Amino acid sequence: MPEFVTGAVAWLPHGLQVTILTVLKILAIMIPLVLSVAYFTLAERKVIGYIQVRLGPNRVGPRGLFQPFADVIKLLLKEVIVPAGANRGLFLMAPVLALVTALSAWAVVPFDQHLVLADVNAGLLYVLAMTSLGVYGIIIAGWSSNSKYSLLGAMRSAAQIVAYEIAMGFALVGVLVAAGSLNLREIVLAQEGSLLHWFWLPLWPLFLVYWISGVAETNRAPFDVAEGESEIVAGFHVEYSGMSFALFFLAEYANMILIAVLAAVMFLGGWLSPLEGLVDFGRVAGWSPAAAALLGPGLHWFVFKTALFCFVFLWMRATFPRYRYDQIMRLGWKVFIPVTIVWIVVVGLGVVFAVPPWFD
Amino acid sequence: MFEQVVFYFFAAVLVVAGALVITVRNPVHAALCLVLAFFTSAAIWLLLEAEFLAIALVLVYVGAVMVLFLFVVMMLDVNLVPLREGFIRYLPIGIGIAVVVLVELVVVLGGDRFDLLPAPEPHPADYSNTRELGQVLYTVYVYPFEIASLILLVAIVAAIALTLRRREGRRGQRPEEQVRVRRADRVRLVRMPAVRREGLAEGGGGRAAAPGGETAPEAGE
Repeated sequence: MPEFVTGAVAWLPHGLQVTILTVLKILAIMIPLVLSVAYFTLAERKVIGYIQVRLGPNRVGPRGLFQPFADVIKLLLKEVIVPAGANRGLFLMAPVLALVTALSAWAVVPFDQHLVLADVNAGLLYVLAMTSLGVYGIIIAGWSSNSKYSLLGAMRSAAQIVAYEIAMGFALVGVLVAAGSLNLREIVLAQEGSLLHWFWLPLWPLFLVYWISGVAETNRAPFDVAEGESEIVAGFHVEYSGMSFALFFLAEYANMILIAVLAAVMFLGGWLSPLEGLVDFGRVAGWSPAAAALLGPGLHWFVFKTALFCFVFLWMRATFPRYRYDQIMRLGWKVFIPVTIVWIVVVGLGVVFAVPPWFD
Repeated sequence: MFEQVVFYFFAAVLVVAGALVITVRNPVHAALCLVLAFFTSAAIWLLLEAEFLAIALVLVYVGAVMVLFLFVVMMLDVNLVPLREGFIRYLPIGIGIAVVVLVELVVVLGGDRFDLLPAPEPHPADYSNTRELGQVLYTVYVYPFEIASLILLVAIVAAIALTLRRREGRRGQRPEEQVRVRRADRVRLVRMPAVRREGLAEGGGGRAAAPGGETAPEAGE
């Protein structure tokens, strides 16, 4: 937190100071996040457009750059319709629940070595708990809409998330064993060294399982049976319109970015630079400080890695056809969970025998 | 002072949510109240600096168990009228049991059984509840811990074994066989040379093979 902000609130009582500073920090995470969500939707339409040899949205603003704002204004101005047979209270609560759980996990994300809102010791566990709560928004939405399609979507989503959460949890157990800490910042620091020290290499099967489970957990293609527009219209959010629909949308994209961020933090070394070990940053700094800042570790590498994973989300959606439901269940229970259990044993052996260069 | 306010707030929410679980009519609402109860008890554990237990409670009970519970409750089409029919008839027995349980609880867990300790000193910032818990669990309590996990494993295997039954004529996918399929198993290439038929023009050579039935039946591959 810069000095001029702390100085501006210095005359207030201590409790109030802490509160104001924390709210400012939360805003410093939230506002860029919401903006990235807005532009992620545009990126999705553009990227999928180009993959399918179309142009994508290009009418609002230069090259369609203001499209997200047009979408937001449209959704804000639309009427929020509550179906006559719906359970009104829960119907309106569900999108809020989805968004709150999607945003609250961001509290422990380390953007940089010192840039983290809550440096919690059990950060990994907290993230897992918060992402597992996201399913409530979907289940409650599906049930309270009092519609068959919604309920079917909610049921599918619940079964899918319970199945993939176990695989995801086991993959994270592997990370925890390798790093020896649940603190996300320390997990990144445990990967220091070089590109080959990052956990993607020793935890390769867990990395794949984590990523695919993450895609399944966010209900994205090819695991989007909870929405499945060709089978159950739009699944759990059929009955939602206007801003309440927009909240689901926002939650889904915030969750996608979160999964990308976590993949970057746990397997690709977070803010660490891939040139570490190859380039002597101290010598570069003597020659040009700006180049050293660019090549060295920092927030920009974190953003770059996250963007890479975000692109893979879109790439997968444009490439793969939707899984059939029983195939999703088979993959989660019969393939991923055994793979993760075997690899946890391998990682455990690696740690016990201090296999270099990762576990020594 | 501030901690006490927070504690009483969460305690009040917990008690109200617990009461709602058994008084609310709609089973889905009752399940959601139970979720709220779990959540607030996790918050109270956080006040005791037991962050591992608190988050594990949210992760296991709220994130997994209650999701399955809601899943089942939503599938049920509960008709509430017959459920309430016997209420008056069974009320005296119910009250009797409730009184007995209450008396037993008071006798066993009465206030004088607890030595009310003062609140422990807060730990320094580098204290890790997870590490402490792991250290105790895998040294002092390693046998009870391992035995408990073994019992749970047996329960899991038993639950799966109970639902597993062989049915005749079931049609399912065998992915391992599907993966092993080669082109030769599915595709047979047939060579069909064009045959000139009597009476057709020179140019119709391409079409001539089909209706005549005189194509050579020699199969390639």
